[in-house]
Amino acid sequence: MRGSHDLGGLEGLGPISPEAESCEPVFHADWEKRIFALTLAAGFLGQWNLDESRHARERQSPDDYLRHSYYENWWVGLKTLLLEKGLVSEEEFDSREPRFQASSLELSALQAEDIAGIILKGSSVEMQAEKAPGFRVGDQVKVRQDITTGHTRIPTYVRGRVGIIERHHGAHVFADRNALGRREAEHLYSIRFLSREIWREEPEENADFGVRVDLWEPHLEEVGGVARK
Amino acid sequence: MTSDDHHSHDHTEPPDSLTLKVKALESLLVEKGLVSEETLDALIETYEHKVGPRNGSHVVAKAWTDPEFKAWLLKDATGAIASLGFTGRQGEHMQVVENTDTVHNLVVCTLCSCYPWPVLGLPPVWYKSAPYRARAVRDPRGVLAEFGTQLDGDVRIEVWDSTAEMRYLVLPQRPMGTEGWPEEKLADLVTRNSMIGVEKISLPGDDPSGDREVL
Repeated sequence: MRGSHDLGGLEGLGPISPEAESCEPVFHADWEKRIFALTLAAGFLGQWNLDESRHARERQSPDDYLRHSYYENWWVGLKTLLLEKGLVSEEEFDSREPRFQASSLELSALQAEDIAGIILKGSSVEMQAEKAPGFRVGDQVKVRQDITTGHTRIPTYVRGRVGIIERHHGAHVFADRNALGRREAEHLYSIRFLSREIWREEPEENADFGVRVDLWEPHLEEVGGVARK
Repeated sequence: MTSDDHHSHDHTEPPDSLTLKVKALESLLVEKGLVSEETLDALIETYEHKVGPRNGSHVVAKAWTDPEFKAWLLKDATGAIASLGFTGRQGEHMQVVENTDTVHNLVVCTLCSCYPWPVLGLPPVWYKSAPYRARAVRDPRGVLAEFGTQLDGDVRIEVWDSTAEMRYLVLPQRPMGTEGWPEEKLADLVTRNSMIGVEKISLPGDDPSGDREVL
């Protein structure tokens, strides 16, 4: 799906207006800290994965997504997942009174002493793929245009564009299917596109630049005549 | 504000609705046993005070002073960075991209806010903002100009859009005039913004516009 999260190349959004690095706080309000930590901690209940979490934020109305602050979108995403996965009922959200306990779902909360072992260790998304990679470094590839529903990590600005594979990252969990709860491996590639290919403009002198995008094999098709190995 | 207001002890601004909504959700999840207060506090403490761009500065300073480490970092960033103790969520698959006299790298996540947490901490507001995400891949020179960064005309920009779980860290150029500096002193020079690629590193007191011609 194309949602408001898919921002590459959108015009008219105004200046970036960065805060000075030396005086920017990590969080700008207490509620931001709490929704950040709640989202992380609830994620460790194992009822959804990172791509489902991203998709929950992206599925909002495009209007809301752009109007909300960053952590407000986290609030929307967390609420959506808690409801959809049955961890919190509508009634509980409305009344703010618990009606059933985590233990009835056979879930237990992440403990503070486990943070170092879990968060600071991380979890790899590299997997063994059954198939050999279909492309090689140096191959020209075109980004598919026919993936239009559900969560996808193809940014719209490279759809239909041709780039060159620069690196094979190995096989990683395929985000598009992971967002549906299916943890499957696909080969992941770093692809370099030229700005003039993406934006179809003749660059001013020296103004051409490269853009690297990481895409999985199902996102790509061969460019006429180049055989998939 | 009148002096009366100033002395009324209980006077506070009404909390905004997000403050209330998030508080209510937290209470509910704690009462249900889905999260614990101590865990939430520990997570905030971790990302507010323990994990931040100081980690990335150490990686950069070591790469500037130790050619073997630098070679390892450019070949296997995940392993090289882990050897310094910086591992974890949003840093499981790292790639380091090096700025040179002819190439300047810039990192973005146009689809959300992907960012290498173990080496840079949580991303700044501007990195997550719609204008940055929209323009980094469309007009990177204009973006750099907004950060006061000018590149020579023959420097090619390479933008890295973090669309999968690969996370990118820019290895900025070591400034001239720092020959023989110890690693710790070099690390003090390395800014977070230089490791995202929106700035170059200059010595304190240097005019960041460098040798630009006066028009």
